[in-house]
Amino acid sequence: MTTTTTERRAAVRETAPLLSVRDLTVTFQRHGEEPFRAVDGVSFDVRPGETVGLVGESGCGKSVTSLAIMRLLPKRGNKVTGTVNFEGTDLLSLSDAKMRDRRGRDIAMVFQDPLSSLNPVVPLGVQVAEVLERHRGMSRKAAMPVAAELLKRVGIPDPVRRLRDYPHQLSGGMRQRALIAIAVACAPRLLIADEPTTALDVTIQAQILALLKELVEDTGTALIMITHDLGVVAGLCDEVNVLYGGRIVERGDRHPLFRDPRHPYTNGLLASIPRLDAAGERLTPIPGSVADNLPWDHACAFAPRCSQPIEICTQVTPQLEVADGRALRCHNPVTSGWSGPSAGQTEGDVAR
Amino acid sequence: MSDSPKPTNPNPTNPIARYREARKERIDSLAQLSARDRVAVGAGAGGPGSDWTPSPDEVSVTESGTIEEKPGVSLWRSAWLRLRRNPVFLLGLTITIIFVLVAIFAPWIAPKDPVTGYLIDQVRRQTNPVPGPQPGFPLGGDHLGRDLLSRLIVGSRQTLIVGVLATFGGFIGGLILGTLAGALGGWVDSLVMRLVDVMLSIPSLVLALSIGAVASRPSQWTLIIAIAVVQVPIFARLLRGSLLAQRSSDHVLAAQALGIKRGPIIFRHMLPNAMGPVIVQATLALAVAIIDAAALSFIGLGDPDQRTPEWGAMLGQAQTYIYDHPHLAYYPAICIIVVALGFTLMGESLREALDPKTRR
Repeated sequence: MTTTTTERRAAVRETAPLLSVRDLTVTFQRHGEEPFRAVDGVSFDVRPGETVGLVGESGCGKSVTSLAIMRLLPKRGNKVTGTVNFEGTDLLSLSDAKMRDRRGRDIAMVFQDPLSSLNPVVPLGVQVAEVLERHRGMSRKAAMPVAAELLKRVGIPDPVRRLRDYPHQLSGGMRQRALIAIAVACAPRLLIADEPTTALDVTIQAQILALLKELVEDTGTALIMITHDLGVVAGLCDEVNVLYGGRIVERGDRHPLFRDPRHPYTNGLLASIPRLDAAGERLTPIPGSVADNLPWDHACAFAPRCSQPIEICTQVTPQLEVADGRALRCHNPVTSGWSGPSAGQTEGDVAR
Repeated sequence: MSDSPKPTNPNPTNPIARYREARKERIDSLAQLSARDRVAVGAGAGGPGSDWTPSPDEVSVTESGTIEEKPGVSLWRSAWLRLRRNPVFLLGLTITIIFVLVAIFAPWIAPKDPVTGYLIDQVRRQTNPVPGPQPGFPLGGDHLGRDLLSRLIVGSRQTLIVGVLATFGGFIGGLILGTLAGALGGWVDSLVMRLVDVMLSIPSLVLALSIGAVASRPSQWTLIIAIAVVQVPIFARLLRGSLLAQRSSDHVLAAQALGIKRGPIIFRHMLPNAMGPVIVQATLALAVAIIDAAALSFIGLGDPDQRTPEWGAMLGQAQTYIYDHPHLAYYPAICIIVVALGFTLMGESLREALDPKTRR
């Protein structure tokens, strides 16, 4: 199984990227305050049909990255630099109107909180139809059956009746399904899912992940999965980018990364997941919080929380070094691999 | 939560037992709820002559705080389902409906012609300026011998017209200004809001007085315009605030992420969600408009035609006779208060029903 995945991954890596983010930097500038770089030179590629994870704890810049790609950050107080190349066009230099045409048609987004992301006073059917009207030029009448078909596709039972329902009448899982239906209505080539399972309970989370996986496999849509949940990553992503303090600290394919995490932060994240075979043992958290950062300018931001800092960590900024499909930003990487159970077992445990 | 018993706890197994108890109770209550739902469904399906609406008890608020409703129930509909059981709202609604019906059918309800001086023969300027109650004239006449009851009834028309038109005018003006400010933002917002601030800083009666003066001849229309202008800033501010909240809401961000254009986002996503408080304000504003209209008529800025019955003007005319014949002032005053109260009660309970914070 591992070989076929590796082969498939090798093939995927050959194809030209669909989305290519280079040096994306988002600076928050408030009047009279120090500018703050929420995203700091992030670069990654997404190839057609690939699922890429952006992982990190709260405040590491995952959501800001996605909003910057979509150009949905408020213009005032934010400066976005770098390039976001989508099929040969730089999204950051498109006009507002052109960008609006692409949103929802080429790139769509699924948000975290399904209730507040749906318009509370508009029936579900109209909300699905609206996207079709906007990008496909359909009439409301023609769009409604398509909307019902989409709802059915994402596993909403009795879709024709649900068209007339308002969001508050649906359960949380159904709402997230509806949001996904709206997002995939125009068959976008890239789907950005910003913590799509955070507001849901565990059983529903699994269903929604299965649905996303199915959609990605059926349609060949590329998916950027933004999450703080390594279980989600383990079940879904081909490639994983671990973010810390607005920068990518480690990147790798799912299997190698989980089997052999090199960055102490990734290692710490994996060690802090509850495991079935470790009953009675205490979890190993990463000490400190995301606020205990050093500035990246002349140090490693993670150094104060690191399990194995060396002197250079507080003096020199580590660079992102790429080697055989993996990238790492660390002066003193974890060498022995993660002293957990064997990799195959890990994946299964982590997924649930 | 904690498996380890606290040191103060005498019985180490107690927390677990308590947990089990709580769990059992939860399950029991769930079972009860689902049983009730089944009953409701059965009654709804087989109930003879019952329409689709479940009876108030079946629109049950579950433990988790969600409201169980049939499909297709909008927020307005669910607000109505709550309002139907609210006695305060029903009282306000009843007063309002009676008032509106009386106003519409006033010429047919009024027993006498309101402008004819039937009792003018009894009016003696020195000894008996106001004819008392007598057969055919249950409330007596006024200082010109006209039937007081008929004048009160027909006077409701003026009040309704002025109140509704003035509020409507203020609503439309506020809607335009508020939408401009709240939806476009930036310098448009600043400009509109400074204008509104200026309007707000002028006391309503003074503004109405000056509008009446500018119009050179006060009439019913100057009255309406004056009150409407006073209402505009209130509506504009309210709508702007509520649109600003919408602008930063998740569903507007989601709509933007779908490439929906600015116009539809404003008119389909932001405005309908922002209208709740504005509509409540409109109900309350009606009460204010009625009182303002009465006040302006009282000081003689209303319809100059003294024959047209109007509550505020009647109150003004009653001043002369207030010591000997206070009933001339009481009746129109009571009418104004009751009608204004009706609208206020309705508006307040509407606000409660639509406000998500007061929802259980």
